[in-house]
Formats: sequence, structure tokens, C-alpha cells
Amino acid sequence: MVEPLVLGIETSCDETGIGIVRGYTLLADAVASSVDEHARFGGVVPEVASRAHLEAMVPTMHRALSDAGVALSDVDAIAVTAGPGLAGALLVGVAAAKGYALAADKPVYGVNHLAAHVAVDTLEHGPLPEPAVALLVSGGHSSLLLVDDLSRDVVPLGSTIDDAAGEAFDKVARLLGLPFPGGPPIDRAAREGDPDAIAFPRGLTAAKDLAAHRFDFSFSGLKTAVARWVEARQRAGEPVPVGDVAAAFQEAVCDVLTAKALDACRARGVDTLVIGGGVAANSRLRALATERAGRYGITVRVPRPKLCTDNGAMVAALGARLVAAGVAPSRLDLPADSAMPLTTVNV
Amino acid sequence: MLVLVLDTATPAITAAVASVTDTVEVLAERVTVDARAHGELLAPSIDAVLHEAGATPPDLAAVVAGLGPGPFTGLRVGLVTAAALADTLDIPAYGVGTLDALGWAATGRVAATGRVLVATDARRREIYWAVYEDGKRLAGPAVDRPAELTLDVEAAVGDGALRYADVLGVPVRDMPRYPPAAGLAALAAPRVREKAPSEQLVPLYLRRPDAVEPGAPKAVTR
Repeated sequence: MVEPLVLGIETSCDETGIGIVRGYTLLADAVASSVDEHARFGGVVPEVASRAHLEAMVPTMHRALSDAGVALSDVDAIAVTAGPGLAGALLVGVAAAKGYALAADKPVYGVNHLAAHVAVDTLEHGPLPEPAVALLVSGGHSSLLLVDDLSRDVVPLGSTIDDAAGEAFDKVARLLGLPFPGGPPIDRAAREGDPDAIAFPRGLTAAKDLAAHRFDFSFSGLKTAVARWVEARQRAGEPVPVGDVAAAFQEAVCDVLTAKALDACRARGVDTLVIGGGVAANSRLRALATERAGRYGITVRVPRPKLCTDNGAMVAALGARLVAAGVAPSRLDLPADSAMPLTTVNV
Repeated sequence: MLVLVLDTATPAITAAVASVTDTVEVLAERVTVDARAHGELLAPSIDAVLHEAGATPPDLAAVVAGLGPGPFTGLRVGLVTAAALADTLDIPAYGVGTLDALGWAATGRVAATGRVLVATDARRREIYWAVYEDGKRLAGPAVDRPAELTLDVEAAVGDGALRYADVLGVPVRDMPRYPPAAGLAALAAPRVREKAPSEQLVPLYLRRPDAVEPGAPKAVTR
């Protein structure tokens, strides 16, 4: 099947996403988010997210089918995020996918959320040159992957050893009195600040760390360094320059992410870097990656922000690759796996 | 009329096909007890009971689902599955209290059973409970520590009653232990016969999500 019509369901965190694609073409991308319900807790509350998924599932499905102008009976397959993610949240999507698949007599593909973040770029930029290096950065993940074949073979190169990059944005935003999720307000505040105003640390970039952690990340020390700096100002009774702190913090994160991602491309002789995940919506990350990659003749592909954050279209996009490659569907007893390894593209 | 019956509010994963006419007859039923595999086992069970009943999804006239109360993650598996099936097949979904199905089995079919406490396991050393007499619910559903209940009942039934038999202080009967498909189907049968409007399947959570609003960030320097 060259251009399979695939419906994708995503519920790994706080977004209920249902997307529909035909081959590389996006037909619908319906998302219901419970982010506002989590804001006052300063982070995603798994049970709140799971309850919201159950409520949003059927209305979101109706919206996706209506936007795409197709019926469920038209689709060739249903793909669903089987992991990694919040266990209870994943299970709502997986169970829904099976219910829809049983009712409409369709095959179901349980897929990896991170591989789906890579696949979504094909909807914007077409087939992915393989091999490619993928940098996936979100509130729950920070990973570098070597993608030999999106439908079969994804190799982890490195990942964060502590906080995810998006988590660091959330925590620093809270220190600065900015709302949750922290990515967008820090991006905005940073535009008014000087990224060189404060020298924050770049985790795992010292020579001794590079030996064992060349492609790994660490953002916990950075977060603490920002907290110390802010507290010192507060103790001294001086105002905290929010723009400068945001800009210098953001620069430290983007510096390390892009340096390591491009190092991975050069080490593997790869000329395409794909960036995905919610943090890929950050304007400085996009600009810095493109600027630096240009020096090495590496092409950076970043989907538009709406496709970077969690959505069902990314799951459908990966499902379409699997169907097109003739990969066998999952069994009906397919489990949700909150810790699904990166090497598992589908189950 | 054929109806699909589901309940995932207890460690039992229940799927059945029942025929609802003037009477209610369960044609095929699968009950698998595994508190941690609702997500894996429900869909294959549905497939199996349909096959055993010689039916396909388009033959179904309604989906009946147990609304709990029950451990949230498993409960949602049943409800979202039921909602997806009903939505796609364009047939109504009807909710039935899971404890009500147990109460129906314990007191609704035989006269003068007296008042019976129905209890299922709520984890955290608590039970979901309700009291029935002659098939009618007199109290509950609620969630409490079993030792803290003072109830005027003749007996107790259900997985939760068996688990806490030593602290309940009333005779505990072995059966029914899990919500029977026959009870779920019987309690929805009037709506099935009347072709009542489809219902939104809202879980009986009885507990709020565990979440606390954070205080000010903790200082990292002293």
C-alpha cells in the first residue's frame, strides 16, 4: 500500500490527540488538551490527565473524522501510542484503539511515541532521508536517536541522565514566577534578555564527561545553578532580571542540545537532523540548530510547532510508514508499556 | 436483541454477549481474574465471546458497561472500550453500577435474603460498598475502611467482603464474588427494550485525584 489512510491515537501525557493521514499527507489533527487543569499543580497530574482522556476520546474522534472528511470504515489501519508515557493515560488510548478496531474490523498498530515524534516530520517535509539523526526534546524525554529505517530500526545514541529539557523549562519558569508549561513564557521572556548576561553551566560537556556521556544530556545541575543565582539576587534584595535569566538559561539548554545533536550527525556521517517534541517549538532551539548545522552542510528538519507537541497525527504518520512497509499489525492483547524502549518502533 | 456486556471495575475482566428479549439470556461469557491486565485482556475477551455467540459487532443492538466504582485505570479500560464500540457501531451505550450488578445477584433474584452488604476492593485498605435488599440499593455506593462501617446487614458478598471478612463482623458469602454479566444485562434490559437514548459512560470514581498544589519553590542554597 503506497498511501495508506491511517488514523492515529495519542494519549501518553496530557493531550488527547487523534490524527488522520494519507501517506505523507495530513488530513486531520484534532487535539484536546487538559493542560489548564494541571497548571495549578505545576506539572501534569497523571490521574487528572487520564480522566480527561476518557472524557475527550469520543468528541475528539468525531472532530478528526469530520475534519478529514472520512469515515472510520474508510481507514486502512488504526495506530496508537503504546508507550512510553504515563501508564494510566496510555491505557485509555490503547483500549480506545482496540474498541474502534474491533468495531470497524481494522488492524491496530501499537507504536512508540518517540518514533512518532520523528515520523511527524514526514507530513511537513516528505520522506525522511535515512539514516538521519533525531533529537527528541519534551517535558518527559530528551534523546538522540539514529534512525536507519523509521518503520523498523531506531538506535538510541544518548538521552538525559536526569531531568528532561522541557522539565527544566517548567522548573525555571516556576522560579521566575512564570506560568506552566514553562517553554512558551521563557521563550517570550528571553527575547527581552541577554543570553550572555549570566554564564550558566553546560551539562556533560566537560572532557571527562564526554568520554562516557558524549551524546547524553543533564539539565538538573543547570536548573540548580539558575535557582542559586536567583536566590542570591533575592537575598541581596536586588530585583531578578527575568529576561536575562530566561535568555541565559535557554541559551545553555539550546547550546548543549544543538552541539550534541550535530556532533552525533558528524560522528555517524549523517547529513539530516530531525528535531521533534514540545521543546522543538522553542524559537531559539530552531534558530541555533539551523545556524550551526549550516556550517557543516547538515540539513535541519523541524516540523511546525503544532506538530512538535503531542498529537495524533504523529502517531498516524508512523502508522502509515508501518503499513506502507508491510509491517504486521499488533495483536489484540497489545499492552501499554510506560517504559517502552526506544528500540521498539511498534509492538 | 444482542447486547455486549463489559465490566472492568474489579480484578475480574468480564465480557459477555447476552440476548435481551422478554427475558435475558447470557449466550457467552468470559471472566478472567487478573488485577493488572485489563488493558491486555478485555479486547481478546470481546472477540472471543462474539465468536462463541456466533455474532459480529454489527449484530449488536447495545453495549452495557459497569460504571464502577473500581480502581480507576482498569475501570477506564472498560468504559472507553464500550464508548468506542458503541460510537462506531452507532448503537446506544448504557451504564450500570458495578455494585448494583452484584446486589442484583445477591438479593434480587431470591426473596427474603435480608439486607446484604456488597463490597469490592478499593485498594489502600478500603472497600467500595453499597447495601441491598430485594434488589434495591439502600445505601452507598461509597468508599470507606471496612473496620469503620457500622451496618445493619445479614451478610456480605463480593471480592472486597471476602478480603476483609475478619474485620466486617458479618457472615460473608462466597458468591457472587465479581459482577455477573447476567446482572449487568438484566439491569440494563429495560433501557435496551425501550431503545432508550445512549448514555455518556461516566465512571463512579468516588475519590478525587491525588494531587496537591505546590508551595513556594524550596531554596537550593542555605
